Amino acid sequence: MSTPKIELKDVKKSFGSKVVLDGISLTVPKGESLVIIGGSGTGKSVLLKCVLGLITPDSGSIKIDGEEVTKLSARKREDLMRKFGMLFQGGALFDSLTVWENITFAVRQQNHLTKPQAKELAVEKLKSVGLAAEVAVQRPAELSGGMQKRVALARAICANPDIIFFDEPTTGLDPIMADVINELIIECTKGLGLTTLSITHDMASACKIASHIAMIYQGKIIWTGRAQEIYHSKNAYVDQFVHGRAHGPITDGK
Amino acid sequence: MNFLATIGRIFLGFLASVGRLAIFTFNAIISGLRPPYYGRQILRQMIEIGYYSLPVIGLTAIFTGAVLALQSYSGFSRFNAESSIATVVVLSITRELGPVLSGLMVAGRIGAAFAAEIGTMRVTEQIDALTTLSTSPQKYLVFPRILAGVLMLPCLVIVADIIGVFGGYLVSIHKLGFAPGPYLTSTFDFLKRIDVTSGLTKAAAFGFIVSLMGCYHGYHSKGGAQGVGTATTNAVVSASILILLSNYFITALFFGS
Repeated sequence: MSTPKIELKDVKKSFGSKVVLDGISLTVPKGESLVIIGGSGTGKSVLLKCVLGLITPDSGSIKIDGEEVTKLSARKREDLMRKFGMLFQGGALFDSLTVWENITFAVRQQNHLTKPQAKELAVEKLKSVGLAAEVAVQRPAELSGGMQKRVALARAICANPDIIFFDEPTTGLDPIMADVINELIIECTKGLGLTTLSITHDMASACKIASHIAMIYQGKIIWTGRAQEIYHSKNAYVDQFVHGRAHGPITDGK
Repeated sequence: MNFLATIGRIFLGFLASVGRLAIFTFNAIISGLRPPYYGRQILRQMIEIGYYSLPVIGLTAIFTGAVLALQSYSGFSRFNAESSIATVVVLSITRELGPVLSGLMVAGRIGAAFAAEIGTMRVTEQIDALTTLSTSPQKYLVFPRILAGVLMLPCLVIVADIIGVFGGYLVSIHKLGFAPGPYLTSTFDFLKRIDVTSGLTKAAAFGFIVSLMGCYHGYHSKGGAQGVGTATTNAVVSASILILLSNYFITALFFGS
């Protein structure tokens, strides 16, 4: 078996006395799309930020391409980040920069592109997320929520990363726009054979973009399996979550 | 015992924040010193601090110089020492009022702007986004601002010194009836180089303080709009207090013995 793209072993993280991640172990093979589902406050975001290196876990190991990354120096971490693309929940576009400057931000740091070259690249990426070339010169604040998400997606894929992380890609969008974003995610990742790790609580989105799904509850992974199996998991917690019931083991505290 | 525990907790909390601040400063400077350099960012901040603060600094300086002349005239005339007004104005401006008032005005203008901008970037995850785009936020956001602060405040203070002395001159000549020639002569008669250089050293220190406080509080803000508001207040208040505090120590260093 080849080295998994992402491998987490017994990752723990607490904030003060609050245990957020209580021994998470996960593997994501190359080319797979893993979606982590779970309610609000179950540690999904913290888990993602641990893998990205924005938060340092208290203990446990995180390996990217077989290389331990929890204790990297700042400079090595910068190099590692080139493998990553990240789509933030709110887009996190730089509002002081125009759309094309946003999209080509990482590329312009690494290689010396001339301004027309960078713009051309940005327009090409905009086209791949279904936006017109005119958007390139606008500021993020002038765009609608759905367009901001698309620009953010274009920025995440612009530097040709190996792994893309999605933080609630469909939150705050109407159902149609949510589906558009889902399709774009599939288009931009499956076609290129990228590995993706996403977190969401939107089941429609999870089923659409995932090849595998893991459910996190109280800082632990309580279920993993193929995306098709999620509705027949025979796990009472998963069942309650995927069907969105107000009553069940999660809310009744059993 | 509870009382002592509270004091201990406050003291430990204070030490922890001093430590955090020291690490933050150290990281920002170290990361800024190694390439790549963000020349555009540095230039942009220099324009923001240096150029756009000119009106505020100019107005502050001219009225400070003017009121200084007026006040010393009414005070000094009690013991017939009106002739020292020019000296008093130029020494007060270059040594104290130029750097301190410029520092405080810039703390209000720039410290608040930095804290609000970086704080908003923090709560909208733009700082995390920078990291994921292989860019160190310390290097890209913090270092250019600190460098620009250290470089531009002395320039602003030179301007403030000149305008401040001019404000005193205007009042002395047109209101108090001094003759222009002798007034200017006595302005420069007792002025030594160290009066100006000590003021400029203070300015560089104040620029550092203002930028650092703005960036530090913005960088560590949390919890949405309210968090950014708190960060902005903290940045301005802590910068102002640190300016007044360090002003004493720098003065003691220059003129203490």
